[in-house]
Amino acid sequence: MLNLQPNPIYYSSEHEQFRKTVREFVAREITPFINEWDEAETFPRALYRQSAEIGIIGIGYPEEYGGTPADGFYSIIVADELSRAGSGGLIASLLSHSIAAPPILAAGSAELKARVLPAILSGEKIAALAITEPSGGSDVASLKTTAIRDGQCYIVNGEKTFITSGLRADYFTVAVRTNPADKGAGGVSLLLVERDTPGFTRTPLKKMGWWCSDTAHLHFDNCRVSIANLIGEENQGFQTIMLNFNSERLGLAAQAYGLAKVCFEDALAWARERKTFGAPLVERQVIRHKLVDMAMKLEATRATLEDLTSRVENNIGAPNLLVAQTSMLKNFATQTMQFCADQALQILGGMGYIRESRVERIYREVKVLMIGGGAEEIMKDLAAKQMKL
Amino acid sequence: MKIIVCLKQVPKNDSILRINDAGSWIQDRDLTYEINESDAYALEAALQLKEKHGGEVIALSLGPARVQSVIKEALARGADRGLHLEDTAFDQLDAFGAAATIAAAAEGDGFDLLLTGLQSDDHGYAQTGVIAAELLGLPHATIVMDLQTEDGGIKVKRELEAGFFQWVTMPVPAVFTIQSGINTLRYATLKGIMAAKKKEIKKLDAAALGLDAATLAPKQQIKRVYFPQKSKQTQMIEGTAAAAAATLVEKLKNEARVF
Ligand SMILES: Cc1cc2nc3c(=O)[nH]c(=O)nc-3n(C[C@H](O)[C@H](O)[C@H](O)COP(=O)(O)OP(=O)(O)OC[C@H]3O[C@@H](n4cnc5c(N)ncnc54)[C@H](O)[C@@H]3O)c2cc1C
Repeated sequence: MLNLQPNPIYYSSEHEQFRKTVREFVAREITPFINEWDEAETFPRALYRQSAEIGIIGIGYPEEYGGTPADGFYSIIVADELSRAGSGGLIASLLSHSIAAPPILAAGSAELKARVLPAILSGEKIAALAITEPSGGSDVASLKTTAIRDGQCYIVNGEKTFITSGLRADYFTVAVRTNPADKGAGGVSLLLVERDTPGFTRTPLKKMGWWCSDTAHLHFDNCRVSIANLIGEENQGFQTIMLNFNSERLGLAAQAYGLAKVCFEDALAWARERKTFGAPLVERQVIRHKLVDMAMKLEATRATLEDLTSRVENNIGAPNLLVAQTSMLKNFATQTMQFCADQALQILGGMGYIRESRVERIYREVKVLMIGGGAEEIMKDLAAKQMKL
Repeated sequence: MKIIVCLKQVPKNDSILRINDAGSWIQDRDLTYEINESDAYALEAALQLKEKHGGEVIALSLGPARVQSVIKEALARGADRGLHLEDTAFDQLDAFGAAATIAAAAEGDGFDLLLTGLQSDDHGYAQTGVIAAELLGLPHATIVMDLQTEDGGIKVKRELEAGFFQWVTMPVPAVFTIQSGINTLRYATLKGIMAAKKKEIKKLDAAALGLDAATLAPKQQIKRVYFPQKSKQTQMIEGTAAAAAATLVEKLKNEARVF
């Protein structure tokens, strides 16, 4: 089933060419090193520039900033092909700009865009998004980090946590409260904080999975940030954050699908090769059924992912319903990944528990995708609200 | 410098090959294709020469509609335009016919360098470039590993046997067959892929190239294609170590023919 020809409704010959490029790139530049990088809890910074050169980083951004206008299926291809290396952590860090830069593009001033986007899209600079705080990530509207206007600057105080690329990033798109009188969504703005800002410090966090991705706790202690770094209007940041979440969730779904597919492929290859009691595992009905259950969930995930990508791309459907679909897909895709990682590890047996197997790593990456970018329960609440149940 | 690069589309090297019903060639149903390996290096060599000296790189491919993907890939990597030689009369060409077709197209377009790969990964004749050069009456060199311009001509490094090399200089226009692995292949970038959509691919058929049936008629035919017979035998060699070694050498030489 997984050799099904890509549907030409969605994928042109250009898409397929790009898939080939990314596949070769991953096979040459990432897969041979990924175990080493994951154990070392990092990967070479040069990979950003290399990825930018082939077009991975600039997908969908205007040419004037060094991007390449392209539809959402190119992004699915990137998630799918990068997944083949079997490390969601690499994808999270390498593409951390995909959650940090869209608010700049959507709401930033012309000056800000021209100042920061070209360096991000060429892979020279790394961008991170900082929303979550120690007091909670689900309830974004109640965030506590403040940015108080003082002349031509904001003075930023507070903390952010679990921030992807938090140690290495040069630019941080930070959600701050610019109006302390408003404790809700109305007082929130987005501010670009630069790495070398005095008073801005970072500490690394150890994690269950995503080892090669750096994740950090950020501290802002009276940081002075120029008002030129405000992204969009003051106190209007919440809407930009919410819109950004939709594309992030679609991306997370694509990644979960890609990683789930890797679990299926490794389980199938193993089931064909491994003999017990005189026959390959794949000849046992119970194993075949596991594989079919995985394939079935994968196919349903793929179909929904492609349908929704096409709808978002072409504005087909009421916006609130597309948000509901996105929330449900994020849950569905991550559940598919959870199921496939679990079943694949069982089929691989002891081998699946040993480090350096892709399935072992992916198994440890399930929960972050079920929590990050909006926890499962939050996704359900959002879907229910948008569908006006 | 104007460079035409010949790119053949061949079955991917990890394809599962089956023989067709007539037993005359491999079954082309269900196959996926790619650029012939040494042709990809020829393209890269051409692109590097263009970057250094300016000019134009033209990607030429001979074959059915599916070979357009090879041309598009070359355009995405940086070739300027494509030539697609397509005609049902080209379906059964042997190396001579392919060379005659390519020579006609190349002559029609004009060039300083005509590059092909060393040999194709499917037929493996290593003839097309050489025959084309002869038909065009041009100097040529095979198994080329490096190309440098020199006083209006071109200097190339040829691979000889046993680790030896030879540098030869010749005037242009000239024809070279390029060795695999001589450079680092670039990726077809997303920008390149998008830009390629606007590049021209010109189609030429037998009539446009002035090729008649007699020229294209195969001079060589594949009678039968078959998988090598696999056989496994075990023989125990008895006797003293010295005698057994002598017998082993004799058998390896005369029966197994490994040296
Ligand atoms: C490795 C990693 C990388 C991350 N990268 C980033 C990043 O780059 N930038 C960033 O801003 N954030 C990042 N995050 C944070 C992530 O988005 C948050 O963890 C997530 O939004 C959940 O927030 P929380 O952890 O504070 O959980 P909480 O909001 O405290 O919720 C805890 C749990 O309670 C449940 N829950 C919460 N609310 C409800 C409710 N209303 N009803 C029912 N159940 C509920 C959910 O199960 C949830 O998982 C990252 C997290 C991880 C683990």
